[in-house]
Amino acid sequence: MKRLILLPACAAAVAVPWVVDDYTTATLARLLVLGLVGVSVALLTGVTGLPTLGQTAPFAAGAYAAAQLGLHDVAVGPVRLVAAAGVGAAFALLTAPLVVYARGVFVLMITLAIGELAITVASRWKSVTGGTDGLIAAPSFDTDRGRYLYALLVAGVVVALVLLVLRSPAGLLLRASRDDEARMRASGHPVTAYLTGAYVAAGAIAGVGGALLVTTQQYVSPADFSFDTAALLLLGVVIGGAGSMLGAVAGTALVFAARDWFSGLLPGHAPLLLGALFVLTAYLLPRGVAGFDWRRIGRRDRAAKGAR
Amino acid sequence: MSELDPYLIPALDGVAYGLLLFVVAAGLVLSFGVAGILNLAHGTLYAIGAYVAAWLADGGWAAVPLALVAGVAASTAAGTALAGLLTPVKRGDHLTQALLTFGLALAGGSLLVSAFGPDDLPVRVPAVLDRPIDLAGHSYAAYRLVFIVVAAVIAVGLYLTVTRTRAGMLVRAAVDDPQMVACLGVNPTRVRVGVLAVSGALAGLAGVLGAPIIGPGPSTAATVLLLSLVVVVLGGLSSVGGTLLAALAVGEIQTLGVALLPTTAPFLLYAAMAVILAARARGVLRRWSTA
Repeated sequence: MKRLILLPACAAAVAVPWVVDDYTTATLARLLVLGLVGVSVALLTGVTGLPTLGQTAPFAAGAYAAAQLGLHDVAVGPVRLVAAAGVGAAFALLTAPLVVYARGVFVLMITLAIGELAITVASRWKSVTGGTDGLIAAPSFDTDRGRYLYALLVAGVVVALVLLVLRSPAGLLLRASRDDEARMRASGHPVTAYLTGAYVAAGAIAGVGGALLVTTQQYVSPADFSFDTAALLLLGVVIGGAGSMLGAVAGTALVFAARDWFSGLLPGHAPLLLGALFVLTAYLLPRGVAGFDWRRIGRRDRAAKGAR
Repeated sequence: MSELDPYLIPALDGVAYGLLLFVVAAGLVLSFGVAGILNLAHGTLYAIGAYVAAWLADGGWAAVPLALVAGVAASTAAGTALAGLLTPVKRGDHLTQALLTFGLALAGGSLLVSAFGPDDLPVRVPAVLDRPIDLAGHSYAAYRLVFIVVAAVIAVGLYLTVTRTRAGMLVRAAVDDPQMVACLGVNPTRVRVGVLAVSGALAGLAGVLGAPIIGPGPSTAATVLLLSLVVVVLGGLSSVGGTLLAALAVGEIQTLGVALLPTTAPFLLYAAMAVILAARARGVLRRWSTA
């Protein structure tokens, strides 16, 4: 059933830039990029059980890496993507010791701090990031349609890879670690190593998102990685049902589209509508559209507590 | 002494800033440590107090108690309302709590801006305090000096409340073992509402008193929230003293640090946080996650 919907959806996603105007195509490309970062948030929040507000940090790291490569005349897309993924993963590896030992609300707080640190660095390290003025990246495609299709291709490949890995034993181990950490540890599984692996992988995905942001937007500034972005990403992932990767893409794209729409609808009062959206989601959709079972996270907390 | 002289004023500013952060962060520690809620609307509670102060203060003495009562009452009411809105959310459902409080912070910030305008508001303090006084050859704002004294009194009062009173005992017990406290017959819902109300009151108090230092404006809530989160992370949840030390350290980094090391000071704050977290990652987080 799901595949029956997926196939026409993919076809529509490829065909859409020939139907809509350039502005809409560019907007869609940007939403797609944020959707990909949403996948990295969902991988941590839903699958691994580490709710995060800090994926804007590897997102930023990847974006600045790609922008710098562009400025140094490295125009080959895959090179930039791999470099951005590497920088995002390296950033995650550095910050992993701060994150993987924490659980629940402490992860939220620590990742929030990591995200804020990244913004501070982005706005102060002017020689690399251009400060708050941002960086104008070298254009890599001539048309909005080209940029959109490039983003679609890369995001599609990354999401497919993530889905494949989650279907493999690796995905099973992650979900098992989330649902019953104590039992996994008792059976000799290095849960911390699994979480570190997932965190680094999520960093790499966010880094790829950063490279795509530079391609689609051709401009990057610290405002792209603000705390608001991090919170909207988390909201989108929850709306999409935190355990579902395609739900994360759709949910994140929906939330950011809603933000743009609200600011056109009621200029100056967009935060009010957006805040109401957050509150409504918290009350009505605690399990997301895809029906993620949130009680599992509670169960995991209790299980971890019982072990001590 | 003469080499240290140029840094006297920033250092004193750091104390004022640090004590202000301590009062705000104490409220955050309460809601986080006792009720287990990461209240992302805490900065908004401060902003409510600060806006009320800016609105009522007219430069006369009569406005001071009026602003204090009104500001603290408004923030306490907002904190209590927050507790009410959080009631349907299960304890331990951190994601929903975070989404709900962030949404309320966004909406609340927007409402404050529509009510008071999009500009940073000036706050008028009583005329006697609105002038510089001479301090070891430097002129220093009288209000800040008075603020340091008042905030120090509040800090001591908080410390005594937490360590010496029955309510403080309950708070410490709830941080260590909430289930046991519930078993002893203390209603967890009442603890939660009470804690968020007191947390709101502290934020409001800090907002009214601190309005001339961190003034009301569209970015106030975010600034205060992030700085007090840093204080909570640095100080841990174990003691009032830890929070106070962390708050003073953050205050000094923000003022003295900027005077001494203008280029690296902004990083210092978060670098300190990263170092402390990394050094204590296992130990502290184990302790925190049982809290």
